[in-house]
Amino acid sequence: MTGLAVHVLATGSANLASVFAGLRRAGAEPILAEDVSQVASARAVMLPGVGSFGAAMDRLGSLGLVAALRQRIDAGRPTFAICLGLQILFEASEESPGVRGLGVIPGRIGRFEVKLRVPQLGWNSVRADDGCELLTDGEAYFANSFRCTEQPAGWNAAVTDHGGPFISGIERGPVLACQFHPELSDQWGLGLMRRWVQRASVEVAAC
Amino acid sequence: MLKVRIVPCLDFAGGRVVKGIKFQGLRDAGDPVQRAAAYQDQGADELVMLDVSATVEDRRNAAETIAAVREVLCIPLTVGGGVRAIDDAQRLLDAGADKVSVNTAAVERSELLAEMNERFGAQCTILAIDAARRDHDKGWEVVVRSGRERTGRDAVAWAVEAERLGCGEILLTSWDRDGTRSGYDTQLLRAVAGAVGVPIIASGGADSAEHMAEAAGAGADALLAASIFHDGDTTVEDVKRYLLGRGLPMRQTWSDAREDLPQ
Repeated sequence: MTGLAVHVLATGSANLASVFAGLRRAGAEPILAEDVSQVASARAVMLPGVGSFGAAMDRLGSLGLVAALRQRIDAGRPTFAICLGLQILFEASEESPGVRGLGVIPGRIGRFEVKLRVPQLGWNSVRADDGCELLTDGEAYFANSFRCTEQPAGWNAAVTDHGGPFISGIERGPVLACQFHPELSDQWGLGLMRRWVQRASVEVAAC
Repeated sequence: MLKVRIVPCLDFAGGRVVKGIKFQGLRDAGDPVQRAAAYQDQGADELVMLDVSATVEDRRNAAETIAAVREVLCIPLTVGGGVRAIDDAQRLLDAGADKVSVNTAAVERSELLAEMNERFGAQCTILAIDAARRDHDKGWEVVVRSGRERTGRDAVAWAVEAERLGCGEILLTSWDRDGTRSGYDTQLLRAVAGAVGVPIIASGGADSAEHMAEAAGAGADALLAASIFHDGDTTVEDVKRYLLGRGLPMRQTWSDAREDLPQ
């Protein structure tokens, strides 16, 4: 059986090589998504995010992808967002005032408090709530200066502590978003990617 | 709570791992892919690879080495050495780096840090500082070109400026201690960690897990070592078990079942 085709959106200068290598290890076949129709129609999409909130939204806007992404997430189609990818699901961020996010989830992203080491670079513990099907307890690699602190209604979530609890992962069916980098989170991260690929494959087969 | 990271470092040139003392007298220390995979299996939290190629020809091979390592590596990879411009950084990221460190080029043209921050974000923009002690206890000065050139610039002031320009992490090497296995320069660590808010990777001089505990106590967020791991004196797991016993937060990568075995 060939692996699930996952369209990876290039939102800028993300560490795409690591994401591709991670997806291959998880049994998927990553494909660089180049046009809007691919993202709208793709069975599975990954939204890796490195860079700033404003720059990522600019890029999605100029590619005409804002509506397509919002629709596929609202419709519960297999989508996996990483790091900044999680943040842009929200309405706004302190990082880029005045810029509108995808707004799939109400709320805004704020910066870690200044007394902490920022960016948060390194391994931290993740605790998943009992309703999570994909996220589990474990240790993940983070690289972020901004984070969400409010649990989004209608999503299951995982929480991490860096000067107070923040949302480190959310899931709703085959839609998964992580503040950490699963592709850099060793065997635990690989396990999460495998579960998403399997979950997405089931969803695709049912279509 | 964030864990203290253990970071093996591979200096590489011409597709091979090398190791020298005070950046000189390089000797062969193995295949980069095998080394990287072994350290990952031992529980390394991150890997740093520094291209120490002396020739343009060797440097051209760097991307191939990085790409080969990326295929086996599912932990973060920082790559540095010879990064002069943003295009060099982009090439390393395309090959499989997650973070790029700059050193001499940023000293010569500090805007490079701002450019990298703008394009890749702070978390990807790593400044490597090689710091040498000044005489008469007058702090540390930045040295460049693999330690061959003293710049007169104060290392702590440079760290502060680099943070302002957008670097997201500092790889702080004591030039006096590098390769000597006499312990990290904890005074240097304390001075820089107290002056900036970004994380610090301590480098230069590690000979034991005890040295690593000292560096963490001095404010280091991550502990880099090369010789002690390359020479097989100890493993990443051994170091982490020791530091965990000292009360430091560690990412535990071994199974608890092994706790029953005699130590």
